[in-house]
Amino acid sequence: MTLILDGVRVRQRGETWLEDIDLELPNGMTTLIGPLAAGKTTLMRVAAGLLPPTSGRVVVNGRDVTSISVRKRSVAFVYQQFINYPSLSVYENIASPLRLDPSFPRREIDRRVHEIAEIMGIGDLLDRRPEELSGGQQQRTAIARALARPVDVLLLDEPLANLDYKLREQLRADLKDMFGGSAGVVLYSTADPAEALGFAAPTVVLGEGRIQHVGDVAEMYDRPPTLAVAATLSDPPLNLLPGLAHDGRIDCLGVSFPVPGERPPAGRVVLGVRPHQVTIERTGPGDLEFPAEIRLAEVTGSATFLHLLLPGSRHLVAQLEGTRLFTPGEPATAYVDPGRVLIFDEAGVSLPARPAAEADLHG
Amino acid sequence: MTGERLNDVSGDVSGDVSSDVSDVSGEVSTAGATVAGDRVEPEAPVGAAVPRDEPGGQVDTKPRNNRAWFLVLPVVVSVAFTAVIPLMTVVNFSVQDIFSPTDRIFVGLDWFRAVTRDPEVHAAFVRTLLFSAQVLLLEIPLGVAIAVAMPRRGLGVPVALVLVALPLLIPWNVVGTIWQIFARGDIGLGGWTVNNVLGVNFNYTLDSTDAWITVLIMDVWHWTPLVALLAYAGLRSIPEPYFQAAQIDAASGWATFRHIQLPRLRGVLTIAILLRFMDSFMIYTEPFVVTGGGPGNATSFLSILLSKIAVGQFDLGPAGAFSLLYFLTVQIVSYVFFTVLTRTGR
Repeated sequence: MTLILDGVRVRQRGETWLEDIDLELPNGMTTLIGPLAAGKTTLMRVAAGLLPPTSGRVVVNGRDVTSISVRKRSVAFVYQQFINYPSLSVYENIASPLRLDPSFPRREIDRRVHEIAEIMGIGDLLDRRPEELSGGQQQRTAIARALARPVDVLLLDEPLANLDYKLREQLRADLKDMFGGSAGVVLYSTADPAEALGFAAPTVVLGEGRIQHVGDVAEMYDRPPTLAVAATLSDPPLNLLPGLAHDGRIDCLGVSFPVPGERPPAGRVVLGVRPHQVTIERTGPGDLEFPAEIRLAEVTGSATFLHLLLPGSRHLVAQLEGTRLFTPGEPATAYVDPGRVLIFDEAGVSLPARPAAEADLHG
Repeated sequence: MTGERLNDVSGDVSGDVSSDVSDVSGEVSTAGATVAGDRVEPEAPVGAAVPRDEPGGQVDTKPRNNRAWFLVLPVVVSVAFTAVIPLMTVVNFSVQDIFSPTDRIFVGLDWFRAVTRDPEVHAAFVRTLLFSAQVLLLEIPLGVAIAVAMPRRGLGVPVALVLVALPLLIPWNVVGTIWQIFARGDIGLGGWTVNNVLGVNFNYTLDSTDAWITVLIMDVWHWTPLVALLAYAGLRSIPEPYFQAAQIDAASGWATFRHIQLPRLRGVLTIAILLRFMDSFMIYTEPFVVTGGGPGNATSFLSILLSKIAVGQFDLGPAGAFSLLYFLTVQIVSYVFFTVLTRTGR
């Protein structure tokens, strides 16, 4: 089973929402990640058939379905909002897509509803109305509704975004198990890098209505081909510093270091430093040293986010382990291992002289 | 809206008896304030009671400051002057037989007994109840149907809104005048068409049924837009994904209405039913202009009978008793409606 988007383009009210979308989604799960307003929902609506593309084709299993109404397609959609029929019980909500599908055997409905409700952990809530459920239970119901009927294409549009942290973790683990043996194309969109990395599925990075990159998510995190991909997959946000490349060295805010590996072409470059790679204690002899002033320390418990002001009014955020106390206004020194710095040219393309892979993936 | 309408009625009635009608409006708003107050701050019933004594003894150690009662004072004063005092005047009328400003006797509850036993009042009561029931049965489904049919986006939205809202912008007595002419068999477009094109003998000045139908259709024409606008606002608040989900399930139009739109309309329909009940149960101006309560007393609703007693016959005692009973009936039926409508579906 495959879903192909072929040269899809969406223009609405003179604005381009999607451009040059060429995608082939295989059976099983694919993650779609992108920042806010990247076009994730639009892409999903096109894939579902809810929004006809301005140009381009949607092909499912070799059949062009671009002009076929969503009512006649075999799709299921889970929304960020918890969408259930308000007047129906959880049981009826899950059963409704089955009842409306003439090819689904009547006798099987009851068994199927109970089965899927058990899997989603809402087996004891079948008599309740959606409004009597918590947010997590409502979304479980909506997901059960989407999973009940075997479909060619299952689309999940940031299904966990409106849930609180704990529920999200739990439901994410459940979903990962569930999509493992899925028989159809599953496209799962998210804005959260941790979610994409956690699913470890083939990943499409979307940005400003275009596909930025397609590939293995860990590989992309590790060796981001472009600045956009690196930024999309970094949470907390990537620190960006300006630099100048010349003669195999890079100058950055008064610090100069040799570029490991291939020599980059001379010119302006952008350095990307993930917050957890910034320290305030020296870790090795080759560390870059930046004199800094402490502006703010955010303590989350397991980590402390230290906001630093570098020369030239550049901001740098360091993610330090544990609870650390700092006094704003005091001087500090930021250390960065040059081997872990991501280097991009002015157009945002990763320079070929990329340093070796780093070991930790889940910063 | 209710208040405005009643003031309008009191304007028509004129004279010092008009106070009894405006009482009703005043008291309705008092009730509203009480409800709202209770909801926001259950410990301080606004407007319901004048702050006589300290609320709650000083049993708990929490520091208490009763100055907040002063904030309620403006409401208490204005409600007292606009509702309580005029209402008391009516209460005063209702328990006395008044021959002249200096000559009156106390009669206790005699007027109340007389009014509740009056067959004319009974007939008007049944008539009004029947009218309200018909109004609700016609206007609520029709209003919802119009709201569903109205466009959701594009240029059609403002056009539809203006067209639908138009009847609401016309003053009540003008609505009456329009229909009085429109329904006439000789020069009215509607009446003439019915008589000459459809071939039905229709004359609302002579035939009771024709008069009833004219007043009913007039009310439907005038007030269905209110229901439609309320329902439309309710429909607009339904997030688009609900409709998409229904589309993906290939749900029929009726199923979408039944399982998505209707459940989501419950709140606004409760309001619409309450408003339309209260308003139609107190209808005065339009039938007064069109039929004057006739022919005979075919369209003589409670309010028309009341103004006949109060202004026409100047029987202040019975009119006072009548007003109080009328007012209580509207309050009780509205309360029952509200309770039933908000409890069902839970």
